[in-house]
Amino acid sequence: MQTPAPTDYVRATSVANAIALLEEHGEEARLLAGGHSLLPMMKLRVARPEMLIDINDLDELRGIKVEGDELVIGAMVTHNEVLESPVLAEHYAIFREAEKVIADPLVRNRGTVGGSMCQADPSEDLSAVGSALKASVVIQGSSGSRTVPLREFHDGPYTTVVEPNEILTQVRVPIRPGAGSAYEKVERRVGDWAVCAAGSFVVVSGGVVTDCGIGLTAVSAEHFCAPEAEAFLIGKAPTDENLREAANLAAAATDPSSDQRGPADYKRHLAGELTFRALKRSAAASQGA
Amino acid sequence: MTATNEVPVSAAGNPIGFGSMKRVEDQRFVRGQGNYVDDVNLPGMLHSAILRSPFAHARINAIDTSAAEALPGVVAVITGKTLEGIPRPSLLGDNFAWMPTLSYDTQAVLATDKVRFQGQEVAYVIATDRYIAKDALELIDVDYEPLEPVMDAKRAMDPDAPVIRDDKGQTDNSITDVHGHKTWEAGNAIGTSEAIEKARQDPDCVVVTQEIMYPRVHPSPMETCGSVAYMDKVTGQLTLYTTSQAPHAHRTVYAMVAGLPEHKIRVISPDIGGGFGNKVGVYPGYVLSIIGSIVTGKPVKWMEDRNENLVSTSFARDYHMTGTVAATKDGRILAVDVDVLADHGAFNGVAQPTNYPAGFFHIFTGSYDYPNAHCKVTPVYTNKAPGGVAYACSFRITEAVYLIERLVDCLAQELEMDPAELRLKNLIKPDQFPYTTPTGWVYDSGQYEKTMRVALDMVGYDDLRREQAEKRAKGEYMGIGISFFTEGVGAGPRKDMDILGLGMADGIELRVHPTGKGVLRLSVQSQGQGHETTYAQIVAHELGIPPEDIEVVHGDTDQTPFGLGTYGSRSTPVSGAAAAVVSRKVKEKARIIAATALECSPDDLEWELGRWHVKGDPERGKTIQEIALLAHGSLELPEGVEGHLEAMTVYNPPNLTYPYGCYICVVDVDPGTGQVKIRDFVAVDDCGTRINPMIVEGQVHGGLADGVGMALMELIAFDEDGNCLGGSFMDYLLPTAMECPEFRTGETVTPSPHHPIGAKGVGESATVGSPAAVVNAVVDAISPFGVRHADMPLTPANVWRAIQGRPVRVDMAVE
Repeated sequence: MQTPAPTDYVRATSVANAIALLEEHGEEARLLAGGHSLLPMMKLRVARPEMLIDINDLDELRGIKVEGDELVIGAMVTHNEVLESPVLAEHYAIFREAEKVIADPLVRNRGTVGGSMCQADPSEDLSAVGSALKASVVIQGSSGSRTVPLREFHDGPYTTVVEPNEILTQVRVPIRPGAGSAYEKVERRVGDWAVCAAGSFVVVSGGVVTDCGIGLTAVSAEHFCAPEAEAFLIGKAPTDENLREAANLAAAATDPSSDQRGPADYKRHLAGELTFRALKRSAAASQGA
Repeated sequence: MTATNEVPVSAAGNPIGFGSMKRVEDQRFVRGQGNYVDDVNLPGMLHSAILRSPFAHARINAIDTSAAEALPGVVAVITGKTLEGIPRPSLLGDNFAWMPTLSYDTQAVLATDKVRFQGQEVAYVIATDRYIAKDALELIDVDYEPLEPVMDAKRAMDPDAPVIRDDKGQTDNSITDVHGHKTWEAGNAIGTSEAIEKARQDPDCVVVTQEIMYPRVHPSPMETCGSVAYMDKVTGQLTLYTTSQAPHAHRTVYAMVAGLPEHKIRVISPDIGGGFGNKVGVYPGYVLSIIGSIVTGKPVKWMEDRNENLVSTSFARDYHMTGTVAATKDGRILAVDVDVLADHGAFNGVAQPTNYPAGFFHIFTGSYDYPNAHCKVTPVYTNKAPGGVAYACSFRITEAVYLIERLVDCLAQELEMDPAELRLKNLIKPDQFPYTTPTGWVYDSGQYEKTMRVALDMVGYDDLRREQAEKRAKGEYMGIGISFFTEGVGAGPRKDMDILGLGMADGIELRVHPTGKGVLRLSVQSQGQGHETTYAQIVAHELGIPPEDIEVVHGDTDQTPFGLGTYGSRSTPVSGAAAAVVSRKVKEKARIIAATALECSPDDLEWELGRWHVKGDPERGKTIQEIALLAHGSLELPEGVEGHLEAMTVYNPPNLTYPYGCYICVVDVDPGTGQVKIRDFVAVDDCGTRINPMIVEGQVHGGLADGVGMALMELIAFDEDGNCLGGSFMDYLLPTAMECPEFRTGETVTPSPHHPIGAKGVGESATVGSPAAVVNAVVDAISPFGVRHADMPLTPANVWRAIQGRPVRVDMAVE
């Protein structure tokens, strides 16, 4: 049995209350959402917050809906809700494909979208998905809320622009009619973090790519994306040759490090291979194949 | 519940004898009413925690425990210095800071001079609860002076390598066994080297050499290790609840270590949540809980967490093997020579029989008939956790089987011969049994070719080869891997097998009560094997008493006769035989009692299951239940025959038993990512007589999952700084249902002539046999890329790098 260090606990009653509690307890307080990163770290005493602010009662942070031309995912939406959401699946296959390979059902039942984004693990799948889809997040503080593109959200591994007294409330994804999307992941075992994963959406119109996004995780791609590869594809036919070239550009944008999941050269190879596979399926889906 | 055709069924629906029946013990497990060590809570019990070294190799300059002692709730803090101050009235050292290992080495209970592996025990805190004990660990200030760690077994052999065991006055990192040897050899060195040299010169022969690493893995039982010790100072009785696969052996070791009188020690192993060898050894934590109870006068619980279990308890394998096989070009194996560098970690903690310092590794000759074989094993100290007994290892047979089955596939590739055909050509023939191997084993029985053909048929071998050829033409890579293994289990004959001087025979006791129900008392300890079911079935088979009428008692040294415990698949071969023998003793006594009651000579009686009757007059007879009542009643018994119906015996096996099997694995490999998908796995086992086929199948399924894990993902690697890279289940990957195919099992039954019911034991067969099948399949799949071998674990990265011709080194951090 793992034994965390002593900590205090409080249940927030509203987003405003949670922010007030964050302000009251300062930097040693942590929000407790699904707890599937924080609690294991606490059990190992790697994390030792003095105050846990439980936001599981905040229904205002739940729910998946369409607002105008955007999909809006509440911060407390669980992985499993993303996996099973018909509205997300209708617009982007990538959500279901990614969620199917995120952790295991136990984690997916508790772990949340907002928690995953804010944990900002460099191997996080949803960060790659969000980055591929050029999503943005809504961050609320005591003086109001702001919207930040996901591609400006990360300050590095495990750090984001969310201040200690702020709370991420929503993820917003633009709806793109005709987009095809896909997610490709290699893991050593079900439930392990990605060795590398790539996600993409592609809009093919008139035989050429008119819009696309590429997300990459676990390979130190800045903000989990590959903008040069995306730029290369715009206006080009989605041929294997072009997709392969884009994938190579994506691989070149990574800076993976060697660890027990694999050596750096393998991860860079995977970045290219998986980007190619994701792009190919995305383009095919966009063309109705 | 089904029984085999001939076996009668009891009123409760169970087979009165052999056949599938549900496990008796599962009634409590599925209701959440198991009783594990961590469920033991004694009045006034204290809790404890161990401070472990963050360094793999460092000198300890000073330890300051004052802040920890000042924390409210802390009762005592113990260091190596404290233990050095406790005199020990025993032959095995003069204080408690060191304890003997099961291999006649010494191991620090708490480090005094140096720490020698990351995770080593440095200080021990006793507190009123578990959280406070852990909090106090953070308040202990240890002044370490880091030393260069030796993490690579090859580096350990360098003359200028840092010396790890300077405590013993060593000047190098070699390990000397109790016989004074630094290496251990078996087989015929000269004959083997001559045969290989001759083959090298012969144009009709080939010689293949392959380096094969079996990296360090961990057994990872679901329940970690722990104990609750209570020394009653009034009676002088020590009661120890502990996670032990061998309670009797542990009791004797504590008597020797602590100098406590053995009759005052009671070791209780309640329900054990998996062992796999991890719970064979005596860990410092157990000893510390005893010392903690002596110091505080209260019961003390110690229960390690997952990280502690992974970094400090008994690992398995870590064998660097080089195998050389010589054969004729038409596929007759002539000789095999093996050189092994064995990484034993910081203390030599292997639990091998004394005369076999490398365990039963010399069974590496496998299931094949050839005249010359030789192995040399060189053990070495490194700055890694000690152990080496663990993980369904059958005393290093897993390594041996992996080696020969990989080597045979390398040979097949060299000869461009189908690996099934090559094996069939060399398998030992049925009429050669009992078969003496070139390294001295006497295999009891087998129908190897028959078993292999069953497996080939089940998997559809010829069709698979055709499919493989078609796929390769399309650039798709599937592989088929065969492993044909033979184990030697059931250690062992007293005359040449002992651990720490304790012979490996097992006692057993059977009492039949007046109403014909019985209690069977065993020395072996179940960790999930289903002893409470299968042993009752053995008695049922012998005496005709329904299994539900036999209570199986185990896991308490005060309740059971002496024996060496459950590991190396020895329960059925040794204690299972004892159960049959003791039942037969009862049956013979029952015969005398029946004859007395029937007023005839015992020789006039004939046995039918559960009843003695008069030959030629089956109506005149007495059931075993009637006899039990007579035995306890007023019937006047013949001179010299005592009342009651009970017996005990000590079973000394005449030989090991040799279960074997043929496993075939089919994989698809994605060469773009290196991912391996196991699509089919066929396991045909011959473990002799099957007592409970459903339990056998369950054991095989578990072992196959183990094998899939080892082949594809499990690994304890270290970085050059000495950090263990497998210290959590995020890093040490165990397979899930998603990685395991739907296993298909089959059987042949060749009873052992050296066992009273012909059973051979099956607990480790699948773990022993399966890794080679998986690896052979993967290598077969990627052989078109010029790959002949790739070391486990075959993670996507390792497979891809093998395809690139740049294999990774698996035992050190990935670079």
